[in-house]
Amino acid sequence: MINTDRSKQMRMMRNLILSFLIVVNTSILASNANTEHAEPEKSEYNAGEAIIGHIVDSYYWHIMDVGEKPIAIPLPVILVDEGKLFVFSSAKFHHGHESYKGFEIAHDGPNKNKIIKVNRDAHTEQQLPLDLSITKNVTAIFLSLIFICIIFISVAKSYKKRLGKTPKGLQSFIEPLIIFIRDDIAKSSIGEKKHEKFMPFLLTVFFFILINNLLGLIPFFPGGANVTGNVSVTLVLALFTFVITTINANKNYWVHIVNTPGVPWWLKFPVPLMPIVEIIGIFTKPFVLMVRLFANITAGHIIILGFMSLIFIFGNMSVGLGYGISVVSVAFAIFMGLLELLVAFIQAYVFTLLSALYFGMATEEHH
Amino acid sequence: MELVSPGIGLIFWMTLSFGIVLFILKKFAWKPIMQSLKDREATIDDALNQANKAREEMKQLHFDNEKLLKEAKEERNAILKDARKVRDSVIEESKLKANEEANRIVESAKESIQNEKMAAITDLKNQIASLSIDIAEKILKQELSEDKKQEDYIKKLMDEVNIN
Repeated sequence: MINTDRSKQMRMMRNLILSFLIVVNTSILASNANTEHAEPEKSEYNAGEAIIGHIVDSYYWHIMDVGEKPIAIPLPVILVDEGKLFVFSSAKFHHGHESYKGFEIAHDGPNKNKIIKVNRDAHTEQQLPLDLSITKNVTAIFLSLIFICIIFISVAKSYKKRLGKTPKGLQSFIEPLIIFIRDDIAKSSIGEKKHEKFMPFLLTVFFFILINNLLGLIPFFPGGANVTGNVSVTLVLALFTFVITTINANKNYWVHIVNTPGVPWWLKFPVPLMPIVEIIGIFTKPFVLMVRLFANITAGHIIILGFMSLIFIFGNMSVGLGYGISVVSVAFAIFMGLLELLVAFIQAYVFTLLSALYFGMATEEHH
Repeated sequence: MELVSPGIGLIFWMTLSFGIVLFILKKFAWKPIMQSLKDREATIDDALNQANKAREEMKQLHFDNEKLLKEAKEERNAILKDARKVRDSVIEESKLKANEEANRIVESAKESIQNEKMAAITDLKNQIASLSIDIAEKILKQELSEDKKQEDYIKKLMDEVNIN
């Protein structure tokens, strides 16, 4: 009697969760427990794999595991192969267990966790289609950008509504940041006259990095995606900075690169040592921007996940040890979390500041 | 390797969406926000400048008032000084005139006294002359009342003339 009641309750709960997730425009993917029941023994906890799995991009937005079943939001897969466009849900892969339309998720090799063409012959090289899938990170980028748009357009509206008055609500929270970026970053690095041109990019990049850093610290949906700790994202951000710098560079900037003033002539002729260094510098600047943001955020995530992994590593040894170490781990993870909160602001600030400095260098007038 | 190798799909979507959002925000968020921040700062600056100006003007006004007061005082003093001078000169002049008049009166008085005196003296002289003649007549009458005496006197007179 009690047992059936309990199982009924459990079922109800699960139905509730299921219907909730369906309402949120998703279909729930529960991996088919019946297929491939070949490995009955408990798999060893692999900390490295678990950590990397949390950090890298994915074709699903994994939310949690209920028992052995992972609950994840399947995301659209978009592939272009041999001139043909394939669009389907990542649910078709059944968490990488099955192939669909001749594509599957690679389990090993150099393209691990990427979509490859099904290839029965193990000796030939894996073939990759052009993958434009809306992955977890792409979804997170879209969500955060929509979030940013909503915030700032509403703030802009309240500015229009409260013309010439003191800021209020969200506006008064955002305004000090905007003024900080304008006065302490843009004006001091680019100059009073030219800074206005670069303000939209600096503000957008600052709030994009900041909001994604903060969302990355939230461990569950809609946070949890490691957007700013993804090298592709930071690459694009750095490329934006690079392109804007190069487009707006004046004559003085190029002269400075080709014929650096204040340097002995023999460093420029006959071997153009300084010009080479300067030209490399054009590219190292955005490269450093890319790596700094990526490495800082990823490192923070790895450390927090490492502390969490400790619980499971010790828990595998003995349950008691796992509980014991969890206190220490959680304490350290909280400390790291707070540190990451600081890093979230610092990295957003640093990226914006360095971008502004590069713009300042590119537009500086000859004295 | 997966961690550090950029994915083409993510780069594509990131560039596209970030570019679009950059454009949207530039147009609909940053432009109005920056503009209204600028406007508000300009308004505040303007208000502060005006307050400063008003303070400056007040100071100037105060200064002007003081200057005016000082000038008025100076003018009053000058007028007073002038008045005093005029008064003094008027007094002096009238004193002089009075003196002159007095002198003139005294002079004319003296003159008339002199005249009176002369007239009196003349009159006195005339009266004395007539009195002396009368007295002489009376004496002569008295002396020459007897014939003998008359003859004596004539003789005496004759003698006097003869001797001479």
